[in-house]
Amino acid sequence: MSPLVTFENVSVRYGAQRVLDAVNLSIQPGEIVTIVGPNGSGKSSLLRALIGALTPSSGQITRAPDLRIGYVPQKLHIEPTLPMTVTRFLSLPVKVATHAAAEALAQAGVPELGPRQMSNLSGGQFQRVLLARALLHKPQLLLLDEATQGLDQLGSAAFYRHIEQVREKLGCAVLMISHELHVVMSASDRVICLNGHVCCEGKPDVVASAPEYRALFGTGTGGALALYRHDHDHVHGDGCNHDHPHEAAE
Amino acid sequence: MLDSFLVRAALAGLGVAVAAAPLGCFVVWRRMAYFGDATAHASILGVALALSFNMSVFAGVLVVALVMATTVSTLSGRGYAMDTLLGVMAHSAIAFGLVAVSFLDGVRIDLMAYLFGDILAVGRVDLAVIWGGALLVLALVGWRWQQLLLSTVSPDLAQASGIDPKREQLILTIALAVVVAVAIKVVGVLLIAALLIIPAAAARPLAHTPERMAAIAAAIGAVSALGGLQLAYRFDTPAGPTMVCVAAGLFGLSSLVSLSRV
Repeated sequence: MSPLVTFENVSVRYGAQRVLDAVNLSIQPGEIVTIVGPNGSGKSSLLRALIGALTPSSGQITRAPDLRIGYVPQKLHIEPTLPMTVTRFLSLPVKVATHAAAEALAQAGVPELGPRQMSNLSGGQFQRVLLARALLHKPQLLLLDEATQGLDQLGSAAFYRHIEQVREKLGCAVLMISHELHVVMSASDRVICLNGHVCCEGKPDVVASAPEYRALFGTGTGGALALYRHDHDHVHGDGCNHDHPHEAAE
Repeated sequence: MLDSFLVRAALAGLGVAVAAAPLGCFVVWRRMAYFGDATAHASILGVALALSFNMSVFAGVLVVALVMATTVSTLSGRGYAMDTLLGVMAHSAIAFGLVAVSFLDGVRIDLMAYLFGDILAVGRVDLAVIWGGALLVLALVGWRWQQLLLSTVSPDLAQASGIDPKREQLILTIALAVVVAVAIKVVGVLLIAALLIIPAAAARPLAHTPERMAAIAAAIGAVSALGGLQLAYRFDTPAGPTMVCVAAGLFGLSSLVSLSRV
């Protein structure tokens, strides 16, 4: 099968700062891929480049023709000056029938929210509505940018179970960013470890034992605390064979 | 029927109010309140240019307002906050405009007429320009409504749905420039922003959806225009400011409604 999205040597800059550096990756139909990486490693920039909100300074992003993307952003603030019921929001930008909107909300577990104002929703309700909207038009690729922010542990576990059901039902690929490493490791087909460049990628257990991953996150689940520390002089394992320009001394 | 200056004035006021309503909603939703002011101030420069090059005032204002709109759209999001950018543009444009007016020897222009408008002097041609512009703006906004709305809610969500939010912003600013250009005769430069913002703000507590808010804003704008005209006629007050006063009164009433709900 041809991939839904391919990144070839994609670099993205904010001014002089390079946030993505020669990133190569591709997403196949139906797979769940998770991007992990420390803060500022370019995870959100990667998703925003994928939807076209950021233009690469070099390299090429190829999307499958007429690719339907469902996007759940990290956070979204709706101005209270903008009156918007949940039902109306689901009809953006394509009008959907009232019963289709109601069904989407029911599947997202929030059937009663239809007439509520978007600006009055709680964090968890908001994320579910965003997901319901993203799923309305049967996306081939679902993008989740830390979609469980603001959910408690039970809530986010339920959220990821829902995502897996969605994938089984719609057969869509899922590309998600998550900080919840233990969830990610069990729910993903493939994990991409990002720190400006792709440090390593592969099946969750392979990545979890890769030295690059350990350099980023430490060992075991307690390693999540090591999120902010990242040394560029990490040693590459066998599974990874990319070059760092400044590691000649290794 | 169009022979009566009062009928022409009423139709002119209605045209501007109806076109300004949906745009005013976007101005409020996107926190661009300063945009109306900036475009309006810039149009003084347009008046000066029109008089020195013997163009129609409408054309001069439209050109300057369009240049302003595209400049602001291009520069925004490149390290300048929107309000800073608009402040720079608005104040420099009005300064350049006033300086340019001072060069116009021999032509005695009544600056007051452009600052406050002269709705009672609206002729048949003006009326055609106003309604032509109003219908154009309504068609443009109606055509792009869903895309504009989603870009307002979230540029990234729009982008993911294949909509270019920058393009939608440009369409919106062009529509605003057209409204300012057609409204200059009716309420004048200083009060155009009021007609954009006040009806939309007054409609907010009464609406649950964006479409409802735009419709209510149009109704409030229309009542303000007609009511203001009637009061101005009866009490011999300046028409443009009286219309804005009525709108402000309606805003007061609607905020009482929202206060009584809490």
